[in-house]
Amino acid sequence: MATVLPPAATGTAHPEVGHHDDAHEHPAHEHSVGFFERWFMSTNHKDIGTLYLLFSLLMFFVGGSMAMAIRAELFQPGLQFVHPEFFNQMTTMHALVMIFGAVMPAFVGLANWMIPMMIGAPDMALPRLNNWSFWILPFAFTLLLVTLVLPGGGPAGGWTLYPPLSLQGGNNVAFVIFAVHMMGISSIMGAINVIATILNMRAPGMDLLKMPLFVWSWLITAFLLIAVMPVLAGAVTMLLTDKFFGTTFFFAGGGGDPVMFQHIFWFFGHPEVYIMILPAFGIVSEIIPTFSRKPLFGYQAMVYAVASIAFLSFIVWAHHMFTVGMPLGGELYFMYATMLIAVPTGVKVFNWVSTMYKGSLTFETPMLFALGFVIMFSIGGFSGLMLAIVPADFQYHDTYFVVAHFHYVLVTGAIFGIMAGCYYWLPKWTGHMYNETLGKWHFWLSTFFVNLLFFPQHFLGLAGMQRRVPDYNVAFADFNLWSSIGGFGFGLAQLLFAYIVWSTIRGGAPATAQVWEGARGLEWTLSSPPPHHSFTTPPKIDDRMLAHGDVTH
Amino acid sequence: MCEPIVQAIEAVRVGATFTALLVRSCPGLPEELPGNWVDAMKRVPGFLRAALVWSSLIAIAGLAHADPVRWQLNMAPGVTETSQAVYDLHMIVLGICVVIAIIVFGAMAYCMFAFRKSRGAVADTTLVHSTWVEIVWTTVPVIVLIVMAVPSTKTLIRMSDVRDAELTVKVTGYQWKWRYEYVGTDVNFISSLARDSDRTRQLRSGLDPAALAKDGVNTYLLDVDKPLVLPIDTKIRFIVTADDVIHAWWVPQLGWKQDAIPGFINEAWTDIKTPGTYRGVCAELCGKDHGFMPIVVEAVPKAEFQRWLAAQPANPGSVSAMASNYSAPTSAAGATATAAAVPPIAR
Repeated sequence: MATVLPPAATGTAHPEVGHHDDAHEHPAHEHSVGFFERWFMSTNHKDIGTLYLLFSLLMFFVGGSMAMAIRAELFQPGLQFVHPEFFNQMTTMHALVMIFGAVMPAFVGLANWMIPMMIGAPDMALPRLNNWSFWILPFAFTLLLVTLVLPGGGPAGGWTLYPPLSLQGGNNVAFVIFAVHMMGISSIMGAINVIATILNMRAPGMDLLKMPLFVWSWLITAFLLIAVMPVLAGAVTMLLTDKFFGTTFFFAGGGGDPVMFQHIFWFFGHPEVYIMILPAFGIVSEIIPTFSRKPLFGYQAMVYAVASIAFLSFIVWAHHMFTVGMPLGGELYFMYATMLIAVPTGVKVFNWVSTMYKGSLTFETPMLFALGFVIMFSIGGFSGLMLAIVPADFQYHDTYFVVAHFHYVLVTGAIFGIMAGCYYWLPKWTGHMYNETLGKWHFWLSTFFVNLLFFPQHFLGLAGMQRRVPDYNVAFADFNLWSSIGGFGFGLAQLLFAYIVWSTIRGGAPATAQVWEGARGLEWTLSSPPPHHSFTTPPKIDDRMLAHGDVTH
Repeated sequence: MCEPIVQAIEAVRVGATFTALLVRSCPGLPEELPGNWVDAMKRVPGFLRAALVWSSLIAIAGLAHADPVRWQLNMAPGVTETSQAVYDLHMIVLGICVVIAIIVFGAMAYCMFAFRKSRGAVADTTLVHSTWVEIVWTTVPVIVLIVMAVPSTKTLIRMSDVRDAELTVKVTGYQWKWRYEYVGTDVNFISSLARDSDRTRQLRSGLDPAALAKDGVNTYLLDVDKPLVLPIDTKIRFIVTADDVIHAWWVPQLGWKQDAIPGFINEAWTDIKTPGTYRGVCAELCGKDHGFMPIVVEAVPKAEFQRWLAAQPANPGSVSAMASNYSAPTSAAGATATAAAVPPIAR
């Protein structure tokens, strides 16, 4: 059932923008609203998408500066710059800011911008909810970041908030938990909006199995979000009552169990990992066909692979805690289940490579980032498979090998996917082509430095350097030096990205509606930049203009 | 015709020589250079020489050394049968991953080279689906996974079998030190970061971490005031717990780490084959000095261990028998109500 709301229905859904902005008016009227009204009261999916993306970029630099502090301290053995207490605050906050502030909002921003345009809708299904889910975030992160300047400092027990350590924090515990609650509410509302939009707002003819892979991956991600954010909320609420109201959920002295927190946390945490990678799979599945000038190979297999990965993500959580002392049967089960994830992930990689096979390839910046994604995400996947092997994990666990693994998956995976998407759609959003030369510089600098940053960390972990320490034995000095140089280089290269985005917004060669020669899909039938309400009337869909118009495979 | 073969043999010989050199140049080992290694190296082409250097570097990790060494690239095989099994598993899985990576990345590189638009490639837009190829690349990985799962399961079952231990050592993690109790004796003591490391690790101490060495091995942050002494050729059971927050007891040479959880007891075992000094760390974030609570195990022959044990002062405050279950709060660190209040539950 592909019900399409008439444009007027969404127009009247936001009366506070009211008399100036309703769907009967022309795109030109967006100029008649003031700055405050447009950016603070907006219910428009593109403006909210822009807000999400800019917020994410800001948090990317905030979290990145914390990473710079970490790498500066680890530049050489001995403590040169910060106390261990502050170092622990940096690692904790870096993770929280990057996960909840940079990666997740970036994907929500891309979803906001692209999903209505990809399925032929005028806007998101629930525009005011959309506004609310964004505007919670600045408050949540103010609450989180302000702990750094409060007495006692920020949270220092790691982003996983394991008790009893996390409960040793002072009042920052309450701040962090409240911030996490707000982020969770924001994510759940965003996810509800995505599902409502995809299931109700598709233009006639946009069958589920004709939807772009990005839309599919977000539909599945949204269900993951709704399933697991409440679990996180429950876990941190129990922390809150343990800390301030005398309960003993995680306190052995009162009959509780600290490991129970880890089980609950990772029941959220593992799907969360896939929440941060599935939309990137979707983006790459858009970009590789475009620049191979060939439809995606094995479309349905790709959809089923995403769904399988999402399902498996719920039944593998304890592989994050192989060393807590689980019974043998539990360890065996979680090892086997975890290894299974390699199968659908492998299917995805094979399909991407097959899409390139007998294509007609060009290597613009989005394609470079997408290919970088496939290769370096696979490296993270390989180390993930190694980590699944329980006896070997007894050695890898909590070392820099793990740090290398998840940064390959999250930086060269999620972040590279986001970068690829930004370059791919930036001309559509702004109406200007970005500077291709600078874009390629950005890609090659990022790729060189990110590998210098994270690859040697595999060696450090295998040689015995544990994670979350501000100082180390002299034997680890050389690779830490490399890693820090890579970190500074990668950080600086991202300033180039900020400049490219800024200059593309300001001007540049005009972009056509099609933008890329090989691009297919409804978003490319709209002008660049697109009109205020993407499709005021449902588009007539010709299967040939879709990236995947044939539902038989 | 045999020229390449001769060259290959020579290359292997040089590789071995160079490996030996690198091992010898490691701190703590006697300095003696093999005679003609420089000449030998000169006869090897440049790229091969680079490859040799790196493979040698990987190889040095394959030799038993007790401490992390500079430029170490790989896991240490360790000093127990378990650690060797873990190392072998690690190498098997790594090898399989490398082979798959070569195939997949090779296919990608071929596509990127062969199907460039700039080289006149025209897309074959009919190539969008193939059921049999999808069946193949779903089933083959499943088979590969089963191949990996079999030895992993065997090793794991072996590692979880703590029966028939001849000695039990109770390990308790505190912020930020370890307590060791030899169960059934009166010997128990606290082991914490060595003084010289502690002075050097203070913020802007001005002291040089590289200056801390024992027997030519850098011991910065990997040295304690009182090491855990253990007998070799003995199955030793560890019961691991903590007093305040979660810690993890990890000596890489023994091949495993085990979380120390307040209020609960975890088990693990080892059987050390080679006498020596083995260094480890706390692996679970446990607060500000998490990086500063190392572990040192001294493995000695059985008779020497008995002599050492007999010479230790009895610590009357300690609880030595399993019957009393938990260490009384006598430690300087002070036991919190958490753990002292409840008898620990074995998982």
